[in-house]
Amino acid sequence: MWRDAALVAGKDLRIEGRSRVGLSQVAPFGIVALVLFAFALGPDRQLMTKGAPGLFWVAVLFCTVLAIQRSVSVESSDGAHDGLRLSGIDPAGLYLGKTVAVAAQLVVLELLLAVGVVLLYGARIEVPWMIVVSCLLGTIGLAATGTLYGALSSGLRVRETLLPFLLLPIAAPVLLAGTRIWQAAMAGGTPATGMQWLRLLVVFDAVYLVIGVVLFGPIQETA
Amino acid sequence: MTDNSTTATATDPGAVEPGPPAHPPTGVAPNTGVTVSPVQSSRSRMIERTIGILALVGTIATVWLGIWVTPPDQHQGDLVRLVYIHPGVAWVALYLAFGLAAVSSLLYLWPRTRSLFWDRLAAAAVEVGVVFNVCTLVSGSIWGKPTWGVWWAWDARLTSTAVLLVLFLGYLALRRVPAEPEVRARRSAFVALFAAVDIPIIHFSVNWWNTLHQGATVLNANLSPKIHGSMAWTLLLGFVALTLVFVWMLLVRYRIGVLEDWLGANELDLALAERHSEGTGRLDGPADDRVGAA
Repeated sequence: MWRDAALVAGKDLRIEGRSRVGLSQVAPFGIVALVLFAFALGPDRQLMTKGAPGLFWVAVLFCTVLAIQRSVSVESSDGAHDGLRLSGIDPAGLYLGKTVAVAAQLVVLELLLAVGVVLLYGARIEVPWMIVVSCLLGTIGLAATGTLYGALSSGLRVRETLLPFLLLPIAAPVLLAGTRIWQAAMAGGTPATGMQWLRLLVVFDAVYLVIGVVLFGPIQETA
Repeated sequence: MTDNSTTATATDPGAVEPGPPAHPPTGVAPNTGVTVSPVQSSRSRMIERTIGILALVGTIATVWLGIWVTPPDQHQGDLVRLVYIHPGVAWVALYLAFGLAAVSSLLYLWPRTRSLFWDRLAAAAVEVGVVFNVCTLVSGSIWGKPTWGVWWAWDARLTSTAVLLVLFLGYLALRRVPAEPEVRARRSAFVALFAAVDIPIIHFSVNWWNTLHQGATVLNANLSPKIHGSMAWTLLLGFVALTLVFVWMLLVRYRIGVLEDWLGANELDLALAERHSEGTGRLDGPADDRVGAA
């Protein structure tokens, strides 16, 4: 399972390395979103600083949808999906591999967005480790749920429109938790309140990773 | 298959009369390999009707008791009358309907109990549940405006109810995507399962997110012993009546689901047969084809 996961993740990341779709399309989209949020909230610096945690996570959520679409579409042409199933790769490994690949791309993206939030919105981070941990846990959660829904909707002709509708409400706890942790870790926050949210993220990640590992085989047959 | 239906229509054009309930069992059905008879048995029809009548009577009684018999509340005045409806609707929407949907989706996914019955039941429960969910939010808003001064508050309970609504609207949207019944059933069951797993997490996160209100919920406040006499009975009756309404709607929706699946599987054959009968009818002249064929 782990070997298969590493293989699949390597494959997806190699595709990204060569096509640069994430870097040249998804990441700029994230930055555009940050700029648009700034337009929406006006030039009021205080308001933006206050809203920075939430805006960061909303941007991440939107980018997750794009990253998942990309991760699914990579398999959708040239019978790649059937090829993967024929190759005898363990479904659990396939799931973990795709999840890791998406998560890795999202982490890079979050780094970019975090810099953007600090520079553009003037967010001051007081407890960096908490930010880092929340990003890692949140990303795993988003990638884990996203890959599940991506596989589920992969055969659908209406995938592009349906996926965000299905995925975003499910990911709501990640948005809530991520935002609260950021608020706790920023200037003027209380770091202690971040801990229970970190635990919530751990539970969320564990639940969906387990579901994915157990059910990815049957889900694939559905598509 | 087409040949069969042609011969069937040539001998008996009446068999292709549109409208599934009027469809005779000897017509097209054997040729098309339909396993589920779309015609409801008279016994289940009677059960459905009985529950419908009980639900209607219960609802009327609740309205009568709630508006004319029970006294207005000391503090809330006539607003308290919403309490005879709102908790009952919420109970159906949040626990009964979505709980049933989750359980039947699970039973569908479980290989030993896999049957389209569970899929249709889940679909019916979600659809009716969504209606009740909207009613919960609307009746809550009507109560909230005079009480809190706003139509909507980002209170934990309201928020999780709204998220639940969105989750199951997604489920319904997925169901609308055309697919083979088995494929659709599996897909929907997975989505229902993922959503069901998310509900406790959403519940906790939203509670932590906003714990401003909700010391005692409407439900708890009214089940506590200080409520007495006609009010308590009306509240209880409201629960029973709304549960009956739910069961009745569920049964009807399930029956429609069966008919929809049947139509989906036989639509083409029915249409073909109809076209063929048109062809035979035309030979006799421009009059009504079925009369002409006979």
